[in-house]
Amino acid sequence: MTAGVPDGSAVRLALLTLVSAAALAFAIAVATAIGDYTIGLGTVFLAIGNGLGLTGAELPPIEESVVWDLRLSRALVAALAGAGLALCGAILQALLRNPLAEPFVLGISAGASTGGVCVIVLGIGAGSLTLSAGAFAGAFAAFGVVALLSNGATSGPNHTILAGVAASQLFNALTSYIVTTSGNAEQARNVMFWLLGSFGGVRWPDFQLLLVVVPMGLAVCIYLARALDAFTFGDEDAAALGVPVGRIRLALFAVTAVMTATIVSMVGAIGFVGLVVPHAARYVVGPMHMRLLPACAIIGAIFMVTADIVSRVIVAQQTIPIGVVTALVGVPFFALILYRARPQT
Amino acid sequence: MSVLAENLDWGVGRKTILHDVSISVAPGETLGLVGPNGSGKSSLLRLLAGLKRPRAGLVTINGKSVVQVPRKALSREVAFVQQSAATETSVSVLDVVRLGRTPHRSALSGWSAEDEAAVTEALTRVDMLGHRAQSWQTLSGGERQRVHIARALAQSPRVMFLDEPTNHLDIHHQIEILRMVRDLDLTSVIALHDLNLAAMFCDKIVVMRSGSVFASGTPAEVLTEELLREVFRVTAEVNCITPGAGPHIRFTP
Ligand SMILES: Nc1ncnc2c1ncn2[C@@H]1O[C@H](COP(=O)(O)OP(=O)(O)O)[C@@H](O)[C@H]1O
Ligand SMILES: [Mg+2]
Repeated sequence: MTAGVPDGSAVRLALLTLVSAAALAFAIAVATAIGDYTIGLGTVFLAIGNGLGLTGAELPPIEESVVWDLRLSRALVAALAGAGLALCGAILQALLRNPLAEPFVLGISAGASTGGVCVIVLGIGAGSLTLSAGAFAGAFAAFGVVALLSNGATSGPNHTILAGVAASQLFNALTSYIVTTSGNAEQARNVMFWLLGSFGGVRWPDFQLLLVVVPMGLAVCIYLARALDAFTFGDEDAAALGVPVGRIRLALFAVTAVMTATIVSMVGAIGFVGLVVPHAARYVVGPMHMRLLPACAIIGAIFMVTADIVSRVIVAQQTIPIGVVTALVGVPFFALILYRARPQT
Repeated sequence: MSVLAENLDWGVGRKTILHDVSISVAPGETLGLVGPNGSGKSSLLRLLAGLKRPRAGLVTINGKSVVQVPRKALSREVAFVQQSAATETSVSVLDVVRLGRTPHRSALSGWSAEDEAAVTEALTRVDMLGHRAQSWQTLSGGERQRVHIARALAQSPRVMFLDEPTNHLDIHHQIEILRMVRDLDLTSVIALHDLNLAAMFCDKIVVMRSGSVFASGTPAEVLTEELLREVFRVTAEVNCITPGAGPHIRFTP
């Protein structure tokens, strides 16, 4: 490929981008249309147009309100959360050189649950702290423990993974300790249920926060995409290619921690997206990060919005925790990729 | 560019691995680093390439201390071929060689014609152009090694450090690669096990033993029967058949 000359692969890439953007828009529209009170797709588009001041159609106020006040923000948060988690997974798989790495290997979900339990069960913060704030603090505490244990992220990747496992065990033990000694099983159950993931409570302010955090994370990661490629053959090799390994690792770990903690504290620890989406994306666009990272973001967004739709329609009148759906939808899909991607030996 | 190491000391924990190592390589020269397993060849190459900091002593390339030059600037001039590099990612040969252009590209710059030319030339030099679309995972050991050498060449370096680059290569490619490195306009330091190849292709040889320099000089000066007995614990006959072509070693049972 020479610079500036579009060839077959560039055309294919443009086509893929277009198709996936359309798929995402469609998924968001569907997610906004369906629910206990189903709204036509045409109405959805008009309501969105009205909200943005692009159209001036007369619509039933209730429908307009359901679309604009409830469902659209939820669908957009799902999209950004999916994009963010997938991105974090891709970064960690590259930095830790481990195909099993995902955002929660850094102990972040365990930390978030401890933080949540502290606020809800122990009443730390005396009502001024929300569950989200507690979870965010807990997630960051866990990340701090991992950073300490793995020597400021300067030691090898396996070291970091082991530190993450240790931190997860520590925080899970703390959570269990708090739950069993406080004796309020109902509250603990609420926290656990919340951790499995739900987009039920999200509104526009959540979207606005994610709209800052996720695109900024994406920008930083894209800026460092070349450096991430250089990690293919390990840290020392990256250094030999001119990458300041220690600084890049720390910067990327921090970005991952901020994105994951923000998402987890908002919608719970939704598993599997960060693990499975990067593999799917690699299968489509290859392993180099300049293409992989945007692909992860968009596939993650589509995947999460779709999972949210499934979680709402699969059982009538009930919403399944989103983490359950991502795993149920994700595993067969993942199996297919693993099967198709077997090395041709 | 010249490479100079003065009184290097390096170790891990309380263990001293290199002690008082000094070498000097003149611009354009090819230096062979030989010595038994564990004598410190790989460690020395890491210090020379600035990948590890010595506890004492100084490495300078073209008069500048390697630990003070920013990493990126350094890697535009210095390439390092590791003894064994592996990955689980399914990258193509072309992807791997393109990584060699990393130090020459800014974060968001496109792929230039110069980048393309460097990659194609590097692949051609190691005879791997026909494999460029193949997955790295499916290459043989020797082919992987050649791809890594191509990646180092794509860096367009002025100085190259190679750690046992001919290990998995067939004899044709061993000779081709060493001849290429010698004939390129490069200063190079190559860790080698094959003493005859070292004698054939290196201008100078440094013999390491237990983390120190045991001897250094031209192949004919260094590779003597006594040295082979003392350092490598082998008996051998050393003949200088053709004057100027370096000594030839025949190991005797
Ligand atoms: N990180 C390390 N920790 C402990 N020992 C090491 C380390 N790196 C190298 N060594 C030891 O230092 C010695 C020299 O190693 P090396 O430079 O790899 O030798 P060579 O390449 O000549 O075979 C060996 O005995 C090796 O075991
Ligand atoms: Mg070695």
